[in-house]
Amino acid sequence: MRVLLVDDEKELVSTLAERLEIRGINADWVLSGEEALALTEKKSYDLAVLDIKIPRISGIKLKKKLQEKNPNMKFIFMTGHASENDFKACSIEMGPEFYLVKPVGIKTLIKKMNEALKIQGSVL
Amino acid sequence: MKAESDIMSESLLQFFGNVTASISHEINNVLAIINENAGLLEDFILMEDKGIPINRERLKTLAGKITTQIKRADNVVRNMNKFAHSVDESIKRIDLCDLLKLMVTISNRSASMRGVSIELNTPENPVFITTNEFFLENYLWSCLDFTMDAVDENKSVVINTEDSENCVIIRFSRLKGLKDTSKTTVSQVTRLQDGLLGALKGRLTTDTESGEIILILLKDINRPITQ
Repeated sequence: MRVLLVDDEKELVSTLAERLEIRGINADWVLSGEEALALTEKKSYDLAVLDIKIPRISGIKLKKKLQEKNPNMKFIFMTGHASENDFKACSIEMGPEFYLVKPVGIKTLIKKMNEALKIQGSVL
Repeated sequence: MKAESDIMSESLLQFFGNVTASISHEINNVLAIINENAGLLEDFILMEDKGIPINRERLKTLAGKITTQIKRADNVVRNMNKFAHSVDESIKRIDLCDLLKLMVTISNRSASMRGVSIELNTPENPVFITTNEFFLENYLWSCLDFTMDAVDENKSVVINTEDSENCVIIRFSRLKGLKDTSKTTVSQVTRLQDGLLGALKGRLTTDTESGEIILILLKDINRPITQ
């Protein structure tokens, strides 16, 4: 599984990537939508975990742009800003089950990743 | 049709909600970072159980990161507390410089989302004014929100405060976007004058040529200047 993590909190996204790597999941991380778009020009990912509130491009807009480039890519939204409007917008995009509010446990995240990819597998 | 006082109450509540939502977002981010760092510590222990030795330097770094986040959360909570207590008294004597610093700190997340920076310049000495603190916080928040959409290509809002005998002047500069009527219109700025500004007995002027909006506040809301 190749995963791209997008969040403007560097400490969060880098540590999360390390924890996913420990569990055998290849994870790259970037801090902005622009970086995510640039990286996906060079590399492909099965799934992206997107923060909703990131500078300049919102997570929802970024999801649409990434999906245009790679229609098979799956998405999970992760936010610290659990507003009703964001929840509705994300639910329309991906379904309410893929809208996670920080802090998220690693087991929950991997379970959601598996669900998103429709992979049957054990979760560490 | 709603009375003006109802509209103002709604706007004040909305402002309170916006600020507390922004602060809770910040706290959630801090908790998420602590959660991941604590989780990584657990991972290291589990790995040691499987024969992979723990790197002590990594442990020290992780402990340092957790301490940094706790300090960050402490600052966020202090600011939240300061903000929450601003409704304690309707009119009181405050240091305007402290209030501006608080509002800039609270607005920083919103600025960062728009790729805008806020530069605040205040006089060396405190500038005391007697006013309705909560109304002023709301008004400054609205001004900052508006100015962030009116910045020039440098994407920076500069705030300068001038102290004079009976009033204080707050200038929001580098707003070349004020000229761009498709982006911002003068009527949008003047709309800010309604309600709150009247209650603060302040005045707002715009200078589209120099790219500034200028807020003038009485030093004592209870003592209007007599002509």
